[in-house]
Amino acid sequence: MRSVSFTVNGVAHELELEPRELLVYVLRERLGLTGTVVGCDTSSCGACTVLLDGESVKACTILGVQADGAAITTIEGLAENGSLHPLQELFHEHHALQCGYCTSGMVLAAVSLLAENPSPTSDEIRHALEGNICRCTGYQNIVDAIEAAAR
Amino acid sequence: MIPAPFDYEVAESVDHAIALLADREDSKVLAGGHSLLPLLRLRVTRPSVLVDVGRLDELSYVRDAGTSIAIGALTRHHDVATAPLLQEHNPFVSYVAGLVGDPQVRHRGTIGGSLAHGDPAADLPAVLLALDGEIDIAGAAGVRTVASADFFLGVFETAVGPQEIVTEVRVPKLTAEHGWSYLKFRRRSLDWATVGVAAFARRSNGDIGEPAIALVSMGATPLRARASEAAWASGQDPGPFADEGTDPPGDTNGSAEYRKHLVKVLVRRAAEEASRH
Amino acid sequence: MSAPAELEIAPTIGAPVARKEDKKLLQGQAQWVDNMEHPGMVFLGVVRSPYAHARIKNVNVDPALAHAGVVAAWSGADIADEWHASLPCAWIPTEDTNAPEHKPIAVDKARYVGDAVAVIAATSRGTAEDAVELVEVDYEELPCVVDAVAALSEDAPLVHDEFGTNRCYTWTLEAGEVDRLFAEAAVTVKERYRQNRLIPNAIEPRAVFVIPVPANGEFTLWSTTQVPHIARVTLSGVTGVPETKLRVIAPDVGGGFGSKLNVYAEEALALAIARRLGRAVKWTETRSEGYVSTIHGRDQIQEIELAATAEGKITAVRTRLTVGMGAYLQLVTPGIPLLGAWLYGGCYDVAGYSFECTGVFTNTVPTDAYRGAGRPEATYAIERAVDALAREIGKDPVEVRRLNFIREFPAPIASGLTIDSGDYDASLDLALEKVGYDDLRGEQRSRRAAGDSKRLGIGLSTYVEMCGLAPSAILGAIRYSAGGWEAATIRCLPAGTAQVLSGATPHGQGHETAWSQIVADRLGYEFDEVEVLHGDTAVIPLGMDTYGSRSLAVGGVALYHAADRIIEKARKIAAHILEVDETAVDYSRGVFHGPGASVTLKEVAFAAWTAHNLPEGLEPGLEATFVYDPPNFSWPSGAHVAIVEIDTETGAVELLRYIAVDDVGTVINPTIVEGQIHGGIAQGVAQALYEDAIYDDDGNLLTSNMLTYLVPSATEFPRWELYRTETPSPTNPLGVKGVGETGAIAAPAAVMNAVVDALSDDGITEITMPATPERIWRALEEVRP
Repeated sequence: MRSVSFTVNGVAHELELEPRELLVYVLRERLGLTGTVVGCDTSSCGACTVLLDGESVKACTILGVQADGAAITTIEGLAENGSLHPLQELFHEHHALQCGYCTSGMVLAAVSLLAENPSPTSDEIRHALEGNICRCTGYQNIVDAIEAAAR
Repeated sequence: MIPAPFDYEVAESVDHAIALLADREDSKVLAGGHSLLPLLRLRVTRPSVLVDVGRLDELSYVRDAGTSIAIGALTRHHDVATAPLLQEHNPFVSYVAGLVGDPQVRHRGTIGGSLAHGDPAADLPAVLLALDGEIDIAGAAGVRTVASADFFLGVFETAVGPQEIVTEVRVPKLTAEHGWSYLKFRRRSLDWATVGVAAFARRSNGDIGEPAIALVSMGATPLRARASEAAWASGQDPGPFADEGTDPPGDTNGSAEYRKHLVKVLVRRAAEEASRH
Repeated sequence: MSAPAELEIAPTIGAPVARKEDKKLLQGQAQWVDNMEHPGMVFLGVVRSPYAHARIKNVNVDPALAHAGVVAAWSGADIADEWHASLPCAWIPTEDTNAPEHKPIAVDKARYVGDAVAVIAATSRGTAEDAVELVEVDYEELPCVVDAVAALSEDAPLVHDEFGTNRCYTWTLEAGEVDRLFAEAAVTVKERYRQNRLIPNAIEPRAVFVIPVPANGEFTLWSTTQVPHIARVTLSGVTGVPETKLRVIAPDVGGGFGSKLNVYAEEALALAIARRLGRAVKWTETRSEGYVSTIHGRDQIQEIELAATAEGKITAVRTRLTVGMGAYLQLVTPGIPLLGAWLYGGCYDVAGYSFECTGVFTNTVPTDAYRGAGRPEATYAIERAVDALAREIGKDPVEVRRLNFIREFPAPIASGLTIDSGDYDASLDLALEKVGYDDLRGEQRSRRAAGDSKRLGIGLSTYVEMCGLAPSAILGAIRYSAGGWEAATIRCLPAGTAQVLSGATPHGQGHETAWSQIVADRLGYEFDEVEVLHGDTAVIPLGMDTYGSRSLAVGGVALYHAADRIIEKARKIAAHILEVDETAVDYSRGVFHGPGASVTLKEVAFAAWTAHNLPEGLEPGLEATFVYDPPNFSWPSGAHVAIVEIDTETGAVELLRYIAVDDVGTVINPTIVEGQIHGGIAQGVAQALYEDAIYDDDGNLLTSNMLTYLVPSATEFPRWELYRTETPSPTNPLGVKGVGETGAIAAPAAVMNAVVDALSDDGITEITMPATPERIWRALEEVRP
C-alpha cells in the first residue's frame, strides 16, 4: 500500500492505495464519484475521461498512485455554485446525449479542448473527440454543442 | 480489467531510477504509462515492480542545442506537438506528435516512452529514423548516445537495456530547404497506422538531396526504405521500390500483401508532398 | 367553479422539447448498475474457455479457493443443481427446431471461445480477476466450425452431437406463383451478399447486481437490461425463484441496441450465487470479456433472386438465408432473421415471394438482436438487388425504383402483411432534390472522363421496415413465446402532478420526455408536472419492455389510450361537480367545460382523491391503465442517399455526404427523432465500412477488443443531412410509426450501393461488407487488365 494525496474537485484526499488500483476505480469505489465510468479495457473509448491538472486524461490508464499531488476534476466538479458548466447546458440544449454513458467523458474532453483551442472548427472538434466513443448519437449533436460553446 | 499485483517505486532522480531498476528482476520503467498500462491491464506483462520516472521534471523540456533540438525523454506528445521551438525548427516532429493516439493519450504519453517501447506501429520512431535523430540512454555506466539507426532492434525491443532509461532525444533543426511529409494510413483516426510513411529531404533547385524515407508497420522495427530513397534522389518515383526489404505483419487491418502494395502508394505520395512542402 | 376557459399550456406533441433525462446524466448522477454496493458483497469472476470447442475433462478450483479474498469457486458441475431450466430461448420457429440445453456454466463441453466453465466469488474486483487465472481446467480440444455455410457440410464438426447436424431449423414462406414468374421473366438477377457479424458495443458494459433477503427467499436484481419484465419471468424459470420473490430493476442503462434484449448466464449466476451465499453479488463485464460473452448480431449469407420484365418491373423475389446462430440459442436468436422475412420485397409491388431461412450452429458467440434485427438484412438484400437489376438492364437505379414503388395504401404485400401507409415517391423526390442527384451524376461522369483515380459513388436505399412489435396474435402464429402488447398507467396525484408507469423500459431513447409530452398534451399538465417511472417490476407490474422500435408505437399508444380512460372517468366527476349531464361537458386540454362553468382535470383529480362527493358508484382515485395490443405493425419508410469517394490506389472509402429522408409517421419530439436517426445511420455506416467480428478457423475472435473491432469515432463521419416526410400511421390514434432502427436499416444498403456504384464501370458488381480498403484494392486488382 502507498500513501497518496490529491485533490478531487477541490477537495483534498489522502488515501492508502494498492499500486495496481486504477484511478478510475479509486474515484468510483473509494470516493464514490460514480460519474466517471468504465467503457473499455484498452484505453479506447474515453468514457473514463477526467481532467488531471486541467487536461483530459483517461482515468483507466493512470494508476491512482501516479495521481499523487495532482488536481483532478471529474464531471461532478464541473458545475459551479449550482449552475451547470456552459458545456453541460449546451449538451442538453443540443440533444448531445442519449444514454449518457459516454457523456461525462465527452464533456470533459470538450472542456480540455476548449482550454487549448477556444475556437476550434467543427473538423478540429471531431479530431479532438477521436478518443471518445459514443454509440448513440452519431456524434453530430455533440460536435454542434461544442461548436456552440466555442462561439 | 485490473493489472496483476506489482510493487511501485518513485524515482527521485535518473540515478535513483537506474538503481531501482537494478534492484529487482522484471522491473519496468513507468513514464506516462500509455504503452505499459494497457499491457498490464490485459495482463500481457507482469513486472514485479514499476519504477515511476514520471516525476523527473528535469527530463521534460524542449531546448535549443545548437544544430539540433533536444527533447527531454519525459516530454509529453502534447508538449512536443505544441512546443514553439519545435514548431519553428522541426515542425515535422511536432506534427507527427500531434497524430499519436488521441488527445488524452498525448496528455500523458511521452516521447521517450514511445521510443523505448519499440512498437513497430508507432509514429514517432519512424520520424526519428528518417531524421537520423539521436537518443541518449542512461545506465549504471553513465549516459551513452545511440543513433536512431541503431536504436530499434525488434518488436518491443530497443537498445535500451533492462536497467537503463532514455533521457533525451535530439532531432536536427530544419531549414526552409527541407521538405517533409508524414502519411498515416489507418481505418479510424484513433487507430495505429496500418502503414505509415515519413519522408524527408533537402530540396535545392528542384533536386532532392539527402532523401530519407522511414516506414511504420512494415517490419519488426521502423525501417528505412533505402531503395526508394535512391530512386527519389535520382529523380525517379520512389513508390515502386518501397516494399523492398520489408516484412510487414498481416492482421485485421490488412494482409502483408496489402501493406506491401499500400506502402508503394504512400511512399510516392509522401515523396511528392515532401518535394513540395 | 371558476377555472380559466383554457389552460395556458402550449401543445407539446410535436415540439422539440429538451430532454428531462439529461440533467443527472450531465452531472454524473446516473444510477448505473456497476455503481451499486452493499455490505458483504462479492464480485464474480467468470473463467471462460480459450477453445472454440473442447471437452471439459476436469476443473480444479482449489488453487483459486486458496487465494486470499476468494469466497467461493464452482465449476459448471458444482453448480448445476441450481438450474431448473436452460437459459431461455423465447422463439423456437418450427416444430422440429433443434434447441440445445444451455446451462449458465458449461458442464461437459465448451462450445465457443468465451463459454463459461467456472465462476469465482471474491471480495474485490481485482481478487476475482486474480483468482480466475488460478482455476485449472483440463480441456481436450475438439475440431470446431465457425462459418455457417461450412457448418452445413457433411463432414463439419458438430457443435451439438445430439442433433446429428448443425442445422438448427429451416423456416419458409411462399406466396404467389414464384416458379412460373421466374420462368416467364425477361430478366433475372441473382446476388449473394454477406451480412457481417457485428458486436453491438453499448458503451455501458453489461453488469448485474443482486441483493438477497435469505429468510424470505427474496431477491432484488439490478441489471443492465432492456427487458426487466422478460428477465423476471425467465430468470424465475432458470433458477426456480418464484416470480413473486424476484424483483428486477433496470436502473439507468447505458445503451442496448439489442445486446441487452437478452437474458444472460451471468444474470442467472448472480442470482443463484446470491442464493447460495446469502450475500450481495456483483458482476461487471470488461469490454473484451463482453466481446466473447455478450451476443453478436447479423452473420448471414443471403442469396436473393429477382424476376423482372425487360423494362425492370419486378415480378418475384426469391430469398435464401443461411444464418449463424452461434453455439447456443439466446433469447431470440433463431427469430432474428425472421423479423425480416416479410420485407425482402422492399417497398416494391411484387407478385411472387419466396423466403427460406436456415439457422446453423457454429462454435461462436450466439447471435441475437442488434439494431434493426432482421430488417437491415432484408433491406440490404432487396436494395442491393434492385441496383443489380438496374445495372443489368442499363437503367438508372432511380428509374427502376420508381417503376416498382407501391403506391396504394393500405397495401397488402405478397409476403402476407399489410403496409399501413407511406409515400415512397415523396421521400425519394425530396432526397434527390436535396442531394442534387443530376449534378452528382454529371460530376461522376466527368471525373471518370478525366481519369481521376478518385471515383465518386452515389448509392440509394429506399427502404420500408416493419416495427412497433407486435400484434400478439401474429407473434403467436410465428411461435414467439410472448405477447407484443404494451402497458401504460397514468396516475393523477392529488396535488396537481401525474405519474406515468411505463411498461416500455428506456436505455437512452428519451421515454421520460416523450411520455411527458403526450400526457402534458392530452391531460393539460405542465411538462415538468409529469413524472415517468419505468424499469422496475415492483413498480411497473405490466410491461413487455423495449426493442424493435416498439416503445412509442405500442407503449406510447397505450399511454394515449390510458389518457382517454382518465378523461372518460374525469368527465363523469366533472359533470357531477358542474351539476350537468355528462353529455353537456366538453373536454379540451385539461379543462372540462360545462354550459356556464369549467373545472380543470387537476381539480377533478383532487376531488377523486378526497372522494367526498363522487357520482354514485364511482371508485375514488383518478388512475387508468391501458394495455395496448397493436392491430398491425407500423411501417416507417424513407429514402437515404450516400455519396462516397473511393481512392482506387489505396482502396480507401470516404463517406462524403449522407442524406436521409425518413417518414416515421407523426413525430412527438423532432429533436429526439433526429437523434435516433443520427445514431442509427452511424451504426449502419459502421456496418458497411468499419465493423466486422472476425473469427479465425480455430474459433478465436481476432477482433477481440476495441482496438481491433472498429467502432467509429466522430472523425469517421460527415454531417448527417436529415429531412422528413410524414404520412401518419392510420392504425393508431397518435399516427406514430417508430424511429429507433430506421437509420441502421437504411444505411448499409445506401453506402454499399454507393461503393459499388463508384466501381461498377470498372466491372465490379459486389464488395463484401465491410468495404475495407483491402477488399476494394483486391477487387480492383482482379479487374485490372
